[in-house]
Amino acid sequence: MLTGVFAALADPTRRAILTRLKDGDATVAELAAPFSMSQPAVSKHLKVLEQAGLISRSQRATARLSHLEAEPLREAIGWLMDYRAYWAESFDRLDDLLDDLKEQP
Amino acid sequence: MKIVAEPGVPQVIIVREFNAPRELLFRAYTEPELVKRWLGPADLELVVNQLDPRHGGRWRWTHYDRDGKGYAFHGLYHGEPTPERIVQTYEFDQAPGTVYLNLITFDEADGITTLTQNTVFFAVEDRDLYVAGGMERGIRASMQKLDDLVTELAEEAH
Repeated sequence: MLTGVFAALADPTRRAILTRLKDGDATVAELAAPFSMSQPAVSKHLKVLEQAGLISRSQRATARLSHLEAEPLREAIGWLMDYRAYWAESFDRLDDLLDDLKEQP
Repeated sequence: MKIVAEPGVPQVIIVREFNAPRELLFRAYTEPELVKRWLGPADLELVVNQLDPRHGGRWRWTHYDRDGKGYAFHGLYHGEPTPERIVQTYEFDQAPGTVYLNLITFDEADGITTLTQNTVFFAVEDRDLYVAGGMERGIRASMQKLDDLVTELAEEAH
């Protein structure tokens, strides 16, 4: 699930949607408004966020409301970002070192 | 680089390919002068205090941040480290008694070595605590917006 959270957060549109939901629950139409995107396209992003546990969705009359789930967001990315960054950077540096070692006789 | 961290399982698996034979990766992991050149982010200085790659041998290294604050880790090698696999225990100095186990394997094919780092903790809470406590540092600039968002959320929760 944590890898799903990371993948969900990697997209700038989805981060913008989360930021918007901080101000309160919203319908698909309301979330689509700031973007030059169709509602089905926004719905796809919402599905990814929902599967990652970052939002929940409920029915209000004829519209589906999206709600930000703050706790999994905090818990999940608080450490995964640092952990990923630590190893990604270490291994990039290891690439350089291995190139150096390969050039040595 | 692929990271797998499943919910409810006290384990993290990282897989990464390197364009080098595994003997060179083994050297990079077991020679102190080489370890300090790659392990950890570039803005932390690594000091290898001890590194004795044999069965029962001890290792210890310390990351120093720009303010001179040190983050020391230590543990033992279990079984003779080889270019095929390294097994070592880890303990963060600030969390004595919370030990985790690392199995690193190097699989080479056609000059490409696939590194798999399989890290196992006592509990999911230990996994999360270790990473949060031991690796506290700034999130990369590209993640800054996300960092701001999380900070705002954390403040609102109070």
